[in-house]
Amino acid sequence: MFADYSTSELMSIFAMQGFAGLILFSVFVLMALGLAIIFGQMGVINMAHGEFMILGAYITYLTSNIFADHMPQLFGSYFFIAMALAFVAAGALGMLVEWALIRHLYHRPLDTLLATWGLSLILQQLYRTIFGAREVGVTLPDWLMGSIQLTDVIEVPINGIFVMSLAIGISVTVAALMYRSRWGIQVRSVVQNRPMAGAVGINTAKVDRLTFGLGCGIAGVAGSAFTMIGSTGPTSGQLYIVDTFLVVVFGGAQSLLGTIASAFTISQAQSSMEFFLSGSMSKVLTLLFVVFILMLRPQGLFSLKVRR
Amino acid sequence: MSYTGLRSLLPKNDLLSFGVLALLLVVILPLSLDIFRLNLIGKYLTYAFVALGLVLCWGYGGILSLGQGVFFGLGGYAMAMFLKLEASSPENTAIQSTPGIPDFMDWNQLTELPWFWEPFHSLGFTIIAIVLVPSVFAYIIGVAMFKRRVGGVYFAIITQAVAAILTILIIGQQGYTGGVNGITDLRTLNGWDIRTDGAKYFFYFLCVFLLFVCLLIAQFVRKSKLGRLLVAMREMEDRVRFSGYDVSNFKIFVFCLGSAFAAIGGAMFTLQVGFMSPTFVGIVPSIEMVIFCAVGGRLSIIGAVYGTLVVNWAKTSFSESFPELWLFAMGALFIAVVMAFPNGLAGLYKKYGEPLLLRVIDKVKAGRGGLGGDLNSKGVVHERQ
Repeated sequence: MFADYSTSELMSIFAMQGFAGLILFSVFVLMALGLAIIFGQMGVINMAHGEFMILGAYITYLTSNIFADHMPQLFGSYFFIAMALAFVAAGALGMLVEWALIRHLYHRPLDTLLATWGLSLILQQLYRTIFGAREVGVTLPDWLMGSIQLTDVIEVPINGIFVMSLAIGISVTVAALMYRSRWGIQVRSVVQNRPMAGAVGINTAKVDRLTFGLGCGIAGVAGSAFTMIGSTGPTSGQLYIVDTFLVVVFGGAQSLLGTIASAFTISQAQSSMEFFLSGSMSKVLTLLFVVFILMLRPQGLFSLKVRR
Repeated sequence: MSYTGLRSLLPKNDLLSFGVLALLLVVILPLSLDIFRLNLIGKYLTYAFVALGLVLCWGYGGILSLGQGVFFGLGGYAMAMFLKLEASSPENTAIQSTPGIPDFMDWNQLTELPWFWEPFHSLGFTIIAIVLVPSVFAYIIGVAMFKRRVGGVYFAIITQAVAAILTILIIGQQGYTGGVNGITDLRTLNGWDIRTDGAKYFFYFLCVFLLFVCLLIAQFVRKSKLGRLLVAMREMEDRVRFSGYDVSNFKIFVFCLGSAFAAIGGAMFTLQVGFMSPTFVGIVPSIEMVIFCAVGGRLSIIGAVYGTLVVNWAKTSFSESFPELWLFAMGALFIAVVMAFPNGLAGLYKKYGEPLLLRVIDKVKAGRGGLGGDLNSKGVVHERQ
């Protein structure tokens, strides 16, 4: 399949596809980070994660409409406000869900899966009732349009670069929160040994709620970023949920670094194959590859070594 | 099987519930519903096969598979491939550029039948393939997972990924599988038209018969040592392992059995509905099948059948009158079944229905037989606790 292309063409193809892969990587990282916190750290399977993401996307859509109607002169900066709102809204909904649903089910992980699936159905229908079944897109501010021409054949879109830097920024923030803040220490200690964490005076219920809220909030930001590169419909979240779970499991559920590494592997594999095979086949091959690796190494790429 | 063997397989209360279900499916429903509605019930019952398999895997074994749609689909597709080949005989497809191959292949510029379609010219092979292909597939997944002690949540996610892979593959490989439309326009089975009312009645009763065969197999597994080991594994896997049992083999077996049930259901689905498409393979239908099982009661094989019937009946009548409300109702059902009544309909029956029934029986007996009847019924109550 490489024979039809010259070496320099191949290089450019790989560079372009590699960059497309980097955008996919950013989306995966943003989605998977929230899930890695919820699933990896708390052991809760949140099937409604995609819907939290879509909530963020719809909030971005609403904010952009409000800005366009009432303050067109500030339109260039609506995205940052939308992102903050998405984080707050998704996080608040997440904490509500944790309080109403998840906290009763910590000992039954498979049941959380079913309950959150039910939640995702309800949210989907809610979006459909409010926003309609059609996909909606946002208007990008001018400074995010266009692309940068690197060489004759390689050009990179600016919104892609923006999404990517967002992904990097959020990853660094989350890493700092988890490994450098007092709250991060509390989360990790609750994960590793809940009774002992409680015994030294950590309010485990509160830590759980905040952790779940943070994970959902990051999903909201991911949705906000998602509007930059695609349109949003009521069921868009469901399309990504399996990929996201695989990213987290493949990386080793409890390792943030693993999540990022596996998001990188999966997205690059998928997008570089996409040029040569059909989109569906490259996805099938990537997923098969991941499932195969997981059969050989069930604990994922990076696993936390804890004595249990 | 001897009388005592039968008695231990089907104790009195199980015999009662089997009998009631048989009465409902064989006598009451066919007499009270027209053929269109009965055909719908038949379609629901094909999902009950899957729910039954899930009771064994999930309820008893504690293995939650979110990819049962894969096996349902494999069985259904195997059946559909046979029917499609029969429907695309060279005479029927004379207008195509390559007569004798299914229409969707012709549309996708295929000029000969792919090799894996060839054996499906034979009905015998098809029937074997319906059970064998999904079981072997389940065996491969099972060995790879359970031998490495992957279980619980991870198993659920991986089976889900498998369901996603198969759906994408079927939709992507249009020329070989019929793509997103699936395999449609199925007409005859060995020259016998499957679209007539007579055929629909026949397939309904065949479906009920096969369901009872599967129910009896499931009941046998439940009552045997295997069933008790499954429960023990679910509760305390390590202790079973330390007692010298190879835990993974039991899990693999029950997973294969569940997938074979699902495949039979899939094949009956194709026969009764007349087509098969990837919408019954993916993640969403697979999880819906779990909810049928959960609503019925994850520990009750009879409950699985009722759960499937109730949820699907509700789905049909809801989506006929209020299509928007259905997803809300379905979502609420998921949450309610997990939070409020984890043992489903069967649990509710055990808690409220059965004591009531026993009291009624007691009253009748006391009214008729006096002291003797009373003692007898007390004995029954004791036995049940």
